[in-house]
Amino acid sequence: MSMCGYPSEIKKLIKYVEETREERLKKPYRRLSLEEREKLLKEWHPDYKPGTKRPLRVGVCKGTVVYNEVADLLEAWPLIDPDQIDLSKVDYDVDVLVIGSGGAGLAAALWAIYSGVSPDAVLLVTKLRLGDSNTVKAQGGIQAADRPEDSPILHFIDTVGGGLFANKRDLVEALVTDMPFIMKWLEDLGAMFDKNPDGSYVEVSGGGACRRRLHCARDYTGLEILRVLREEFLNHDVPYLEFTPAIELLTDPEDGGVSGAVLYNLETGEYYVASAKAVIIATGGAGRLHIAGFPTSNHYGATMDGVVMGYRVGANIVHLDTFQFHPTGVAFPEAIRGELITEKCRSLGAQLVNVHGEQFIHQLETRDVVSSAIIKECAEGRGIITPTGAMGVWLDMPMIDMLRGPGTIKKALPAMYRQFIRHGIDITQEPVLTYPTLHYQNGGIEIDVFSRVLRPNGEPIPRLLAAGEVGGGVHGRNRLMGNSLAGILVFGRRAGITAAKTVKETSTRPKLSLKHLEKYIEELKSIGVPRERRSPILLPDYRGEKVLLRSLRIF
Amino acid sequence: MSVALVTVSRREILQPKMVKIYVMGREYLVPEGLTIHKALEYAGFRLIRGVGCRGGFCGACATLYRKPGEYKLRIALACQNVVEDGMYLVVLPYTPIPRVKYKLESLKPDVGLVLKLYPEIARCVACNTCTKACPQGLQVMDAIQAIKRGDLAKAADLTFDCIACGICSMRCPAEIRHANIFHLVRRIYGKYMSPKPRHLEDRIKEIEQGKYREELEKLKQASVDELKKLYASRVIEPEE
Ligand SMILES: Cc1cc2nc3c(=O)[nH]c(=O)nc-3n(C[C@H](O)[C@H](O)[C@H](O)COP(=O)(O)OP(=O)(O)OC[C@H]3O[C@@H](n4cnc5c(N)ncnc54)[C@H](O)[C@@H]3O)c2cc1C
Ligand code: SF4
Ligand code: SF4
Ligand code: FES
Repeated sequence: MSMCGYPSEIKKLIKYVEETREERLKKPYRRLSLEEREKLLKEWHPDYKPGTKRPLRVGVCKGTVVYNEVADLLEAWPLIDPDQIDLSKVDYDVDVLVIGSGGAGLAAALWAIYSGVSPDAVLLVTKLRLGDSNTVKAQGGIQAADRPEDSPILHFIDTVGGGLFANKRDLVEALVTDMPFIMKWLEDLGAMFDKNPDGSYVEVSGGGACRRRLHCARDYTGLEILRVLREEFLNHDVPYLEFTPAIELLTDPEDGGVSGAVLYNLETGEYYVASAKAVIIATGGAGRLHIAGFPTSNHYGATMDGVVMGYRVGANIVHLDTFQFHPTGVAFPEAIRGELITEKCRSLGAQLVNVHGEQFIHQLETRDVVSSAIIKECAEGRGIITPTGAMGVWLDMPMIDMLRGPGTIKKALPAMYRQFIRHGIDITQEPVLTYPTLHYQNGGIEIDVFSRVLRPNGEPIPRLLAAGEVGGGVHGRNRLMGNSLAGILVFGRRAGITAAKTVKETSTRPKLSLKHLEKYIEELKSIGVPRERRSPILLPDYRGEKVLLRSLRIF
Repeated sequence: MSVALVTVSRREILQPKMVKIYVMGREYLVPEGLTIHKALEYAGFRLIRGVGCRGGFCGACATLYRKPGEYKLRIALACQNVVEDGMYLVVLPYTPIPRVKYKLESLKPDVGLVLKLYPEIARCVACNTCTKACPQGLQVMDAIQAIKRGDLAKAADLTFDCIACGICSMRCPAEIRHANIFHLVRRIYGKYMSPKPRHLEDRIKEIEQGKYREELEKLKQASVDELKKLYASRVIEPEE
């Protein structure tokens, strides 16, 4: 492998970081007041940048302001022409259809089964391989208030404060009170979290949290949760289809509720019709939309499909005018730009430092605030410019071993160590260059505490549930670290339980139609949406321009 | 203190050096420094198989390659490793490694059980091919040997960073299904052998008994100003 490391011009700058390290190790940087935080956000956070958003012109939330990239997806033609789909032949006739195989989808499927649905009456469909998701990439940890010094009350206050007080509070209550139970569930499933010899969890601080509350599995927390859930799912013999995304929901014209989905075989191009008494959307986030032009930390399939499908059947959308830009994406090397450098590095003490070696923000402020501070630092000329013209500041990784003893990095951050050593950068010796990356969809389709998807008037859409990153409300306008893994399991579980209940209450199979598209299509026509703009997009297209220009679609 | 910023000439940005790679035998010219995934996309491939997280976590992108004039079969992750001039490569679309079903609740944490479910473990010839093949740099053979000895704790620790890419199993002369075995061993360790968490049960009981209900109810009703006050007056616990 090519092990190039830093070019010499950048390497030279490292000495300024080293020069101030001793000093910085001694005295902690001060925290900002609420007013200072607000000012920093307003001036520098991408959410406040003019020209990046617009009000929606179609659908049930007409007038709601969302990012342009989101509006483009919602103001787009369906992939299918309703007249060409034969709904009389049902390929999959099930009780519960789960869309997505991240943590939320797998938890939902399992809890539907625990709540009485027969495993063979469940169908899980997923876009890529089973488990390819944002969940598998989660590194830092998961929040649960279990230590005696901590409490669900403090977890609640941290979460709503971090969310700029815009969270749906009953969802937050569910989050903080279910989480200790979820940890117990994961224990029972054999998940391995970092523990002290006496069994107590090793818990570290997350940005914006007032207690050490983050439970980690090295820096493979999401991988550990995902693979344990996946094993359990496979042991139950639940039918599942890989490389088969859902591309549109089906509705019963009688009550407007959901009754199944149209599925698409990514390899053969064939469509399938699935009928279900309850449908759970667990399609995750939207990083691959590259909102506001940012690179992303998300997996390849994070394209917001679930919001698109849900919106077309009438779901309310909340907080899609705000996204989370994680402060520490990789700025160099270019090959992995945008990939994540986990917040756990900062939890363990790594500080953010500008080109002069000066610290400019406490590393454990909330993510929106830290990102804004980094963007400001670079915009005002105190960043470092990489050979490809990208900008970044230093994250002083070697501090971790100095603070917590040699070997800490390799033991607690093996994924981070690998990510950089593969490119010739040894993070036990050298700081890394970092810049915010598009990380998390703060909002989404609105759910209630039963994971039911709501219309703008607050009524649940019959038989439609959602859980995980696709859902909106719980995190308000900014999610705290470790609260997403928490949210996907809390609301995935609740979705599974509600689905089982819905199945029991639904005696006759709901009818299948694409009626909801009629009005939507009329609206698209009336605002003149170009025909080639279609959604969901399923996967981003990164093919080289040169090839695309000469591409003939004849085979 | 004044520091000269790194300046980069525009030419360098606009005209990257190109390298030659051979994708399943066909030659493509791609910019230096791209990951294998990005190089494939640059060349015009739309990825569906052999890709997932794009960050080194999911194991979907096991890649085999050789370099001209070398007999050695090399291993990479397409999302993590960058192209090299002259690479002959294939990204594996799939690795067939069927698993054995089990019920964790009714398992006994002993080695006999792992061997019963995956008897091929006994056939390990200690050739170390798996270790040499692992893109995560894990001591794969040592883990298999630990399982044979009955040291599940050690095996769980050694294989914790396994991303189940399947490369070791595709290379193993004993046809061992490593990743599946490792999943099983870690779950046995996690459930039956790791120390039980302290505090957790107590907190669950408190919640079930309604200890926080009233206060949470108040917080749910509180005005934003009240919440802001509470938020601002939090005492932040020092790091350890
Ligand atoms: C790099 C990274 C690090 C993170 N670290 C942390 C952390 O430390 N702590 C924390 O709490 N959170 C973290 N997060 C956030 C957290 O991992 C995610 O928000 C969370 O896992 C999302 O779970 P999910 O189940 O909702 O979605 P995902 O895990 O993304 O799963 C969505 C699933 O739906 C599938 N899908 C998508 N569209 C369709 C479709 N149309 N049809 C069928 N299937 C579809 C996808 O393929 C995927 O399988 C991190 C995120 C990233 C990207
Ligand atoms: S490759 Fe197979 S036989 Fe060789 S050491 Fe590894 S497990 Fe044993
Ligand atoms: S142990 Fe095997 S399956 Fe796991 S990462 Fe290494 S090569 Fe891949
Ligand atoms: S795409 Fe997931 S490990 Fe490479």
